[in-house]
Amino acid sequence: MHEISKSVNKVDAADKISGKAKFVSDMYFDDMLYAKTYRSSKSRARIKNIFIPDLPEGYYIIDKNDIPGKNKIKFIFDDFPFFADEYVNYIGEPILLVVGEKMEIIKKIFSKIKVDYEEITPILTIEDAQNKISKPIYGDDNIFASYSFEKGDINNIFERKDIKIIEDVYETGYQEQLYLEPQGVIADYDYINDKINIYGSLQCPYYVKNALMQAFDYPENKIRVVQTTTGGAFGGKEDYPSLIAGHAAFASFKAKRPVKLIFERTEDISFTTKRHPSKIKIKTATDNKNRILAAEIDVKLDGGAYAGLSSVVLQRAMFASTGVYNIPNLKVTGEVYSTNTIPNGAFRGFGSPQAFFAIESHMNNSALKLNVEPIDFKRINMVKTGDPTSTGGTFRDEVFLAKMIQKADEMSDYTKKYRDYASKNCNKGIGMSLIFHGCGFTGSGERDIIKAEVKLKKNENNTVEILIANVDMGQGVHTTFKKIVSNVLNIPLEQVIINNPDTDLVPDSGPTVASRTIMIVGGLVSKAAEDLKVKWKDNEETVITKNYIQPDYIEWDQDKMKGDAYPTYSWSVQVVEIEIHPATYEIETKRVWSVYDVGTVIDENIVLGQCDGGFAQGLGYGIMENMTLKEGNILQNSVTDYVIPSSKDIPKMETIFIDNPYKEGPFGAKGAGELPLVGGAPAYAAAVQNALKIKINKVPLIPEVIMEVLENENKYNN
Amino acid sequence: MKINTIINGKNIIEEINPSKRLLDYLREDLRILGVKEGCGEGECGACAVLIDNVLVNSCLVAVGYINNKEVVTIDYFKNTESYKIIEESFIKEGAVQCGFCTPGFVIATYTLLKKNKSPSEEEIKEGISGNLCRCTGYNMIVNAVRRASKRGEGVW
Repeated sequence: MHEISKSVNKVDAADKISGKAKFVSDMYFDDMLYAKTYRSSKSRARIKNIFIPDLPEGYYIIDKNDIPGKNKIKFIFDDFPFFADEYVNYIGEPILLVVGEKMEIIKKIFSKIKVDYEEITPILTIEDAQNKISKPIYGDDNIFASYSFEKGDINNIFERKDIKIIEDVYETGYQEQLYLEPQGVIADYDYINDKINIYGSLQCPYYVKNALMQAFDYPENKIRVVQTTTGGAFGGKEDYPSLIAGHAAFASFKAKRPVKLIFERTEDISFTTKRHPSKIKIKTATDNKNRILAAEIDVKLDGGAYAGLSSVVLQRAMFASTGVYNIPNLKVTGEVYSTNTIPNGAFRGFGSPQAFFAIESHMNNSALKLNVEPIDFKRINMVKTGDPTSTGGTFRDEVFLAKMIQKADEMSDYTKKYRDYASKNCNKGIGMSLIFHGCGFTGSGERDIIKAEVKLKKNENNTVEILIANVDMGQGVHTTFKKIVSNVLNIPLEQVIINNPDTDLVPDSGPTVASRTIMIVGGLVSKAAEDLKVKWKDNEETVITKNYIQPDYIEWDQDKMKGDAYPTYSWSVQVVEIEIHPATYEIETKRVWSVYDVGTVIDENIVLGQCDGGFAQGLGYGIMENMTLKEGNILQNSVTDYVIPSSKDIPKMETIFIDNPYKEGPFGAKGAGELPLVGGAPAYAAAVQNALKIKINKVPLIPEVIMEVLENENKYNN
Repeated sequence: MKINTIINGKNIIEEINPSKRLLDYLREDLRILGVKEGCGEGECGACAVLIDNVLVNSCLVAVGYINNKEVVTIDYFKNTESYKIIEESFIKEGAVQCGFCTPGFVIATYTLLKKNKSPSEEEIKEGISGNLCRCTGYNMIVNAVRRASKRGEGVW
């Protein structure tokens, strides 16, 4: 084990256990007002008229007319308004805020507001969007983004007579982040200095700052964003906080008092961004040695009413769509559609969970059809060090998949159990998934878009302050970063300082997303610490700044989608064992095992926490997290109806790490945040398949879905 | 309604709307902020408190219910010997990530260990099943409870 991997006490743990840590809802300002969002009750309509009752003294309505700058949230596409402007495009779209001192009175005002709508036929599904059943929501084709890339020549292969073609469509539904702390923000407009201060539960302080600069048409020095202790995020607090920070800021600007906007749980589940539902079509051509010679893959995502991050989610889904397999002839296409439903966004994995469920299930379904064991079929086709990626880049760093499979097999007794359960009807099953996750931003995004900058400030008293914009949202950034700096400088952990970021104090080291924080930002901080070590002079102040430089071997063509889509990859092999109740089809998850390659582990407890927690979310995605729409309304809009795993749903987890240091990462670390989620659902689906001998095309595998599949009698072996 | 109660060791006799949620009374009126609101419907356990030493979700209880009863939240429980053992166990086992659910888990752990000082794995899972955590996948919390049960003999 590396010295740095030894666990230390998490630096924020004591304050969180005792309830002392302050989340945004725990903050109170003098003269603070509260805000509540009034939302569209229609999926698609033109607002004809809004009736506002007489307001008591000190109460305000905030709407599109209160936005000093542009009524669009700054993102990849500028299409998402802060407040509806004439048209509403999904149920829950913000129309206005009611702001004042007492929530009871705000709610009374709410009940008297009336909006007259002229309804327009909504586009509620990908099929509606494709069929253009109504006027397009976006562009003239309802498509936010579409891409394609290819290599080799698929047509030649698919025409051959000596190959076997297998084709299927795989579907995944919504997944809600369900961080325990609901979304929330406080805006405090300092009218003396004409400056907006934002305090919020968020992942990306500079995203919020940039969004508000555009919305207020203000220069950089007039907007300050401070992250508050964040009670989980998982991607859900990547883009959405920009919207509500805007809302609270417009209100505070008008009322000249601090304004607090905290979501209730139902509001949070119903109206904040989720994982994109997907339909992925995979067609493969396999030769008589069970080698996949060609694949044609189409990824369709439901983006919801506004684009947000959808285009990038689609790209990641497409790059991951061949899984860990080396397919020489390939064509991948993808489209993300606009629909009159809640806008979808970032959730741990970011397109990858959909893609990996599809390809892993396709491999398992194909193996059944080809009469070969899934793991053998996968071994024949999986990538090795130096092989090309789906986009024609190179798996340059050592790939230990074979060794990882062997380890996982030793831990779980997978092969023996698989054969045993496959040979009889004992309602038991075991499944294995093989996963990679590209670490960091796609392609040259780090170099061309993010341009991370970090600072280390050594104070006169010899303490060292880490100045970065990345947040600790539970994943342990405060602890791991202190460890990196204290280890490089060989000083005690207590001598290193890191606080929740405040954009007035920290440089823009980029968002806390994409499994980039340790690898990219931690790498920069580690290099800054090396510099500081050389320049160290006791009792003198020193500031070191480091900017991201892309390794020169990375080549990426964004237009053609060719080259290295990611600087490097983390890997996992995950195994799930289940037992199915023969009458109710309720499934008990008996055991899970996993083997990870995340480079050097910076802190064993912290990384294990990421692995356990991610795997549990992946299991939830596969087992139970069912969210459906009826006429644009989310049916499961409470924690009672949208069920996430409890302690009784998650079995004992056994986890090991493969040591495979990555030379650009701090102490050899790669990304670890998203990876563990990705393999949960496919391993679970594989286990269900092993038990029931059925083809699986869909998650979550709630008992109703299993019953439906069994009734359709789709037994592959027959 | 005039409510006579003891909250975190302090006797309170005061006119309070008896139908107000206890959670709101604690947080908004008394600014006792270790009690968190995660779901507002009794599913997540982030607002767990002890009422006469019984584990209760404070979002499901009206203030009228605490008349002539004693309420203890994490903010006061943290001064006890039991707390110190649970705290150390949660830290050592890495059971804390975002921390929003943690005070509720601490109260639930105490309640479990008071009733059953050496619970089995299944009993631990049952004991904390009223509390949701989205970060940890529960394994490290289960280990923390087990550690506390080993270290805390005679304390509960």
